Amino acid sequence: MDTPDSPTPPKKRWIGQSVTRLEDLPLVTGRGRYAAAVSFPHQLHMRVVRSNHAHGRIVSIDTSAARAVPGFVAVWTGADVAHIPPIEFRPTKIQGLEHYRQTVLAQETVRYVGEPVAVVFARDPYQAEDAADLVEVEIEPLPVITSALDAPGEFTPGRNTEPVIVRKEFGDLRAAFQSAHAVIELDLRIGRHSGVPMETRGAIGRYDATRDVLELHGATKRPHPNRDMLARLLGRSPSSVHLYECHIGGGFGVRGEIYPEDVLVCAAALKLGRPVKWIEDRRENLMACNHSREQIHHVRVAIDADGRVLALDDEFFHDQGAYVRTHGARVADGTASTLLGPYLVPAFRATGHFRLTNKTPAATYRSPGRFESTFVHERVMDAIAAKLGLDPLEVRRRNLIPHAQMPYERPMTVSGTPVVLDSGDYAAHLDKVLARVGWDALRADVTRRRVAGETVGLGLAYFLEKSGQGPVEGVRLTVDVTGAVELVTGAASLGQGMETVLAQICADGLGVDYRQVRVVHGRTDLIDYGFGANAARVTIMTGSATHIAALKLREKALEVAAADFLEATPEMLDIIDGRIVRKDRPDAPSVTLAQIAKELTPASAVAKGRTPGLTTDGVFECKHESFPFGAHVAVVKVDRATGGVKVERYLASFDIGVAVNPMLVKGQIAGSMVQGLGGALFEEFVYDASGTPLAVTFADYMLPNLSVVPDLEILLTEDAPSPLNPLGLKGGGESGITAVGAVIASAIEDALGLPGVVTQLPVTPQRLKAILNRAR
Amino acid sequence: MKPGQFSYHAPKTLDEAVTILGTVAGADGRVIAGGQSLVPAMALRLAQPAHLVDINGIAGLDRVFTDGGELVIGACARHAAFERPVIAGPLGILLAAVVQHIAHYPIRTRGTFCGSIAHADPASEWCLVAATLGARMVARSTRGSRSIVEPGFFQGMMATALEPDEMLVETRLPLLAADARCGFNEFNRRAGDFAIAMALATYRLDNNGRIIEPHVGVGAVEGSPRRIAEAEAALAGQQPGTAAFAAAAEAAALAVEPIEENAELAGYKRDVVRAVVGRALEMAEKSQ
Repeated sequence: MDTPDSPTPPKKRWIGQSVTRLEDLPLVTGRGRYAAAVSFPHQLHMRVVRSNHAHGRIVSIDTSAARAVPGFVAVWTGADVAHIPPIEFRPTKIQGLEHYRQTVLAQETVRYVGEPVAVVFARDPYQAEDAADLVEVEIEPLPVITSALDAPGEFTPGRNTEPVIVRKEFGDLRAAFQSAHAVIELDLRIGRHSGVPMETRGAIGRYDATRDVLELHGATKRPHPNRDMLARLLGRSPSSVHLYECHIGGGFGVRGEIYPEDVLVCAAALKLGRPVKWIEDRRENLMACNHSREQIHHVRVAIDADGRVLALDDEFFHDQGAYVRTHGARVADGTASTLLGPYLVPAFRATGHFRLTNKTPAATYRSPGRFESTFVHERVMDAIAAKLGLDPLEVRRRNLIPHAQMPYERPMTVSGTPVVLDSGDYAAHLDKVLARVGWDALRADVTRRRVAGETVGLGLAYFLEKSGQGPVEGVRLTVDVTGAVELVTGAASLGQGMETVLAQICADGLGVDYRQVRVVHGRTDLIDYGFGANAARVTIMTGSATHIAALKLREKALEVAAADFLEATPEMLDIIDGRIVRKDRPDAPSVTLAQIAKELTPASAVAKGRTPGLTTDGVFECKHESFPFGAHVAVVKVDRATGGVKVERYLASFDIGVAVNPMLVKGQIAGSMVQGLGGALFEEFVYDASGTPLAVTFADYMLPNLSVVPDLEILLTEDAPSPLNPLGLKGGGESGITAVGAVIASAIEDALGLPGVVTQLPVTPQRLKAILNRAR
Repeated sequence: MKPGQFSYHAPKTLDEAVTILGTVAGADGRVIAGGQSLVPAMALRLAQPAHLVDINGIAGLDRVFTDGGELVIGACARHAAFERPVIAGPLGILLAAVVQHIAHYPIRTRGTFCGSIAHADPASEWCLVAATLGARMVARSTRGSRSIVEPGFFQGMMATALEPDEMLVETRLPLLAADARCGFNEFNRRAGDFAIAMALATYRLDNNGRIIEPHVGVGAVEGSPRRIAEAEAALAGQQPGTAAFAAAAEAAALAVEPIEENAELAGYKRDVVRAVVGRALEMAEKSQ
């Protein structure tokens, strides 16, 4: 990791520098404020009673014993919230999902273990839990579906558990398979796992009758869309609902969506007239917060004699869990649309069975759909190499989209938008990776060790990411009379460093020190819109809006300075470190941004016919996503006696176009790579045949710890800036996770010398030992 | 994850502790020392004791000392006390090697040796040590003191010969001979996890270099850790080395009866037993 540089203006560029984070001081001095730290006088504590059955009909709920617990205030069951509509999902062109949404409390049927059935409100959290334990729920069991491969069952009368089949298709598939030199078929599985933030969810609802405002504290990721949804669900105007962000101990896609508990604390605050606090515990978190990833793929690939893919036909089964949550079928859709990765494939068909099961509902987790699809297309590349006796790298080279074809439009859409790969020389990047890692020497070393009896292997996986989901984002930028800059955005901080990155972009555009910029986010009462922090979009969308706003503000300041202070034209002026100077004579009289701001206070400004305030909005609109890319290289050693895997060496590369803060990008790569290692080797939400989750503590749901994380080498390149935004930005939030499952599988298979045997993630010791035993 | 209601007792002497335990044992009273297993179980409400008798305030319970041929480990001696050898010779070295596998350092500074023994988790490293070396557990109640020798103490998963009103006041491990060889191995997915399987092996050599007094114990596989007679028989009288160790490992893998009902998982457990027994024996061979 880079050592942060000490900034040394004048007129330096802040973009590109690994400056230290603006947001760290409260965090490293113990003065951060997470949701659990938010309390209000007279607050009540909510405890959720959850279903112990994976599928069943609610026969009765007896709350009499709970009501006798000291401190008890209220208990709600489904009937008490039957008027609240089910939680919405983001619309796409995929129709027919609305019947499968989750109500905030189960009404007649429970469909997964952990589903909220009742809520208890009490004066302290201990009493709430005591009372919740005494709520007796009688459930008549119904047949359980625990696999997306099972035949669809009944969801409600007349509706089965396969709401939609996601389809994508282009090219002449039939002709490609008929003319193929060979056809490869693979059955592949990606395990159910998810983002598991160290801080569990938390929500504090509060109704302020004096202002008639409903507040939700503990919001994150998408405060504005969530505000709008809460307003609709509770029958209020959006302007009377305010969401407040806290610090957050990890987001990863799962935090910050609207869940039943968010709605319940708000409804309870309105109904009970007291603030209502809910802090999720870990056991709840692992069975109630979104799961992700679980898919089974049957992929068929037609190839020519040189290993070029002529057609890829993938039928997959997406295990959505019990309900359609906020993302609708986007993960299945995104999987289908990214199955070809960085490769040129003339004919393609994806058939994605989006199926409900009696497990925790699923949605997005960092690199949604791409962790899965990358596992598929990279297993395919290795299988082609094995089939034809070719070098796996050569197979990839032959199939990568040539640089000359950029921008490359795939004949399909995702979430309704055409897929246009914006920039990149994928083959040249592969060469850089191989040079950096010393591939030939590494290959020779692994071969030598294998001859000496070690079970070691080397793998490479290539991946295509995507970033910068639109459609639009905006900021409001203001310089106050002391020269301090305030940047208000509707984007959220997930701890990724967005304050620092936006400040750096603002500093360059305006001409100030990045430490002069205060970034205000997560306050729906301070800015009217914002689309949130997801899909690696904040640096691109909010960053571009910031750049635009900073240039507009600079123009305004130069105009005032030129006219009122410096007897010059704006073109003759520059802003350096908050001071407006003449370009040709930097030592000539100058004026500060603070003075300009004073000049623009209302009385003074209006007198001169100007709009008051050194302030402006910046809006950036972009309907197309940008596509960063990279490759991972891993060396693993397999313990044949136990099936254990040790990752000995790991390199992750990433071309981000422009790295605003390389240190922070590398932090994103490192953190997400470790999460990828979880999905590759450790993390899995296992269920038994009755639909009972078996991984509901950190003893059973295994996050990677330091003992299993290798030293991570990072190659960060900026060779392919995006043409889609003024600074050439691409997103780095999902940069290090996409190819981990793929490369670990590849390296293990190389170690075993048994092509095609690693077909399931995570590669647990037990699964690997079974492979070894079968091969004996 | 908030525990249910309980009454908290903080005795200052052993007599007081035993008296309180005698009073509350019938009402689901439990001794708490390090709390590294009990407190999480209470947070998950898997355990809801009505009374906790906290023995941390009793002076002198953390002592570790030798008495005759035994190493005496007091009720409040923390795992971390064994990070460096507590006595000269093979036993101190063995305990220092084993302790590295118990959870993580912060937990080791709090959890206790005797707490692990009384809790009797099948995957407890200290229980495996007690079972393999043949420890003597000293229990006290208002009815008096008694010693319980292992085998005879561990009675299946989380079950021991202790009566509800008895407090485990010390564990006594027989000292190992100066020429004893010992090795320990466990396999888990991440450092600090409960083992998938673990093995402890000790033996000595006679004048002809043949194995005598073999002890081979396996943990984390059955309800309680235990010595595996079949593996020991495969070693007795043999020259130490790959052949004898492989035979013992195979014998252990066949002899254990994994608690898992799932046949695949049970088969995997046997595979790992084979690995850890072999590796514990290899470590033992190199230990002198």
